[in-house]
Amino acid sequence: MSDGLEAFLMSGPVTVLDEADVTRALVRIAHEIVERNKGTDGLLVVGIHTRGVPLARRLAAKLGEIEGRQVPAGALDVAMYRDDIGMRPPQATHDTELPFDLAGKVVVLVDDVLYTGRTVRAALDALTDFGRPRAIQLAVLVDRGHRELPLRADYVGKNLPTSPGQAVRVLLAETDGSDGVVIEDTDRKAVAS
Amino acid sequence: MDKHLLSAADLTADDITRVLDTAAHLAKVTDRAIKKVPTLRGRTVCNLFFEDSTRTRISFELAAKRLSADVINFSAKGSSVSKGESLKDTAITLEAMGVDAIVIRHGASGAPWRLAEWVEAVVVNAGDGTHEHPTQALLDLYTMRQRFPSFDGLKVAIVGDVLHSRVARSNVLALTTMGAEVTLVAPPTLLPARVETWGAAVSYDLDAVLPKQDVVMMLRVQLERQRAGFFPSLREYARLYGLDGRRLDAMADHAIVMHPGPMNRGVEIAAEVADSIERSVIADQVANGISVRMALLYLLLGGPTEGFGEPRRGAPMGREVVA
Repeated sequence: MSDGLEAFLMSGPVTVLDEADVTRALVRIAHEIVERNKGTDGLLVVGIHTRGVPLARRLAAKLGEIEGRQVPAGALDVAMYRDDIGMRPPQATHDTELPFDLAGKVVVLVDDVLYTGRTVRAALDALTDFGRPRAIQLAVLVDRGHRELPLRADYVGKNLPTSPGQAVRVLLAETDGSDGVVIEDTDRKAVAS
Repeated sequence: MDKHLLSAADLTADDITRVLDTAAHLAKVTDRAIKKVPTLRGRTVCNLFFEDSTRTRISFELAAKRLSADVINFSAKGSSVSKGESLKDTAITLEAMGVDAIVIRHGASGAPWRLAEWVEAVVVNAGDGTHEHPTQALLDLYTMRQRFPSFDGLKVAIVGDVLHSRVARSNVLALTTMGAEVTLVAPPTLLPARVETWGAAVSYDLDAVLPKQDVVMMLRVQLERQRAGFFPSLREYARLYGLDGRRLDAMADHAIVMHPGPMNRGVEIAAEVADSIERSVIADQVANGISVRMALLYLLLGGPTEGFGEPRRGAPMGREVVA
């Protein structure tokens, strides 16, 4: 909480989670998932493009280590399901890879940052087109508040109070070279440049 | 790219790559149990076809429907066009009904440009006269990219009635933009004036060209052309410019055969070549057409309709664009 407040008051990028923090958060989330679901039976982990996908793979690997059996991971593209299509330039598309049947399974949906909730809404619609899971749970690395839809996460790596003028960037080794969560004041940056 | 898709010359290499990449992702929608995404819900696409077409119209219709757009099919036959209504009045009527995109096929070269001046809707050229057919070129490039890692230096021969072919023109534009080496092969009577400005090599000798190609694209011979004296007989045409089993054997082992359809079996392409499982990608072209048109409709209609990427004004064919 105090980290977020500190970041709120400072200009320039501030690292709020370093590599070890990201790993610890994922390990804790993995244990919470096992506890909540009493194991990993019938569990599927599905990441939302782009950074939710490597996070989902890591979570699935951690779940596999904890329970000693593999948990399948998938990838979901929500570009075609967004509610802002036509309001901004068309978003880049990615491959959806769900190499399993969703029916009767528990899907843990994974994204890097939970903000307005609109991406998650789109993801729920997209998943529905692939089948009817028994339940869908949501895991995010960072919850930065400012929800515009009645959604909440089941597993949160870090609650990060922010202002809408700030940008939260999740960096991952797979996409950015190293792990970390950075918060930036985009308003001031815009004025400065 | 422009708000509309009128000419393959309007597309930069980045635009083409974006269309092909998006098409590759959207192709997966066709493999799902529910072959539909809600992307263009509430948008209306009008297929405005003044010339007969099955595959292009159905392909656009399926593409729009898989994106959940509403589709109106307008064909000149049985419409007020047969009562003498002009293209402009038809366009104004469609605009008044609130269509978001008009896919136009017209016998007159340049008709899509006129239409784009009259309407606010996005205009997609689905073939205008003997001029251009940019979505066919894009689906052909998509099909080539499935087989070859890069367009850079890819050797493509386009064989047949280049003079009357909108497919050839759009393909030359798109392929040269992507860095492919195109050779046009035809009898001198079926090559357009100033073809040397197209940026493609030209040959009259199919047998000399064939062994060096990665892709051999056969063009449809319109049978009425023979009566107009462009070549002496269909048999002679088939002997000199038809792709038969013997010529297929002369091609490189990795080379593929394409045809935009509909085919005249036994004239420009022998049945055994058209049906060759290893070489012919003609069925792939048809399937890929849907994915590529989905990608285009998404990119043209999925934003605040000013196109995507950097705008590039296309100049008329044969001028500076192909230089």
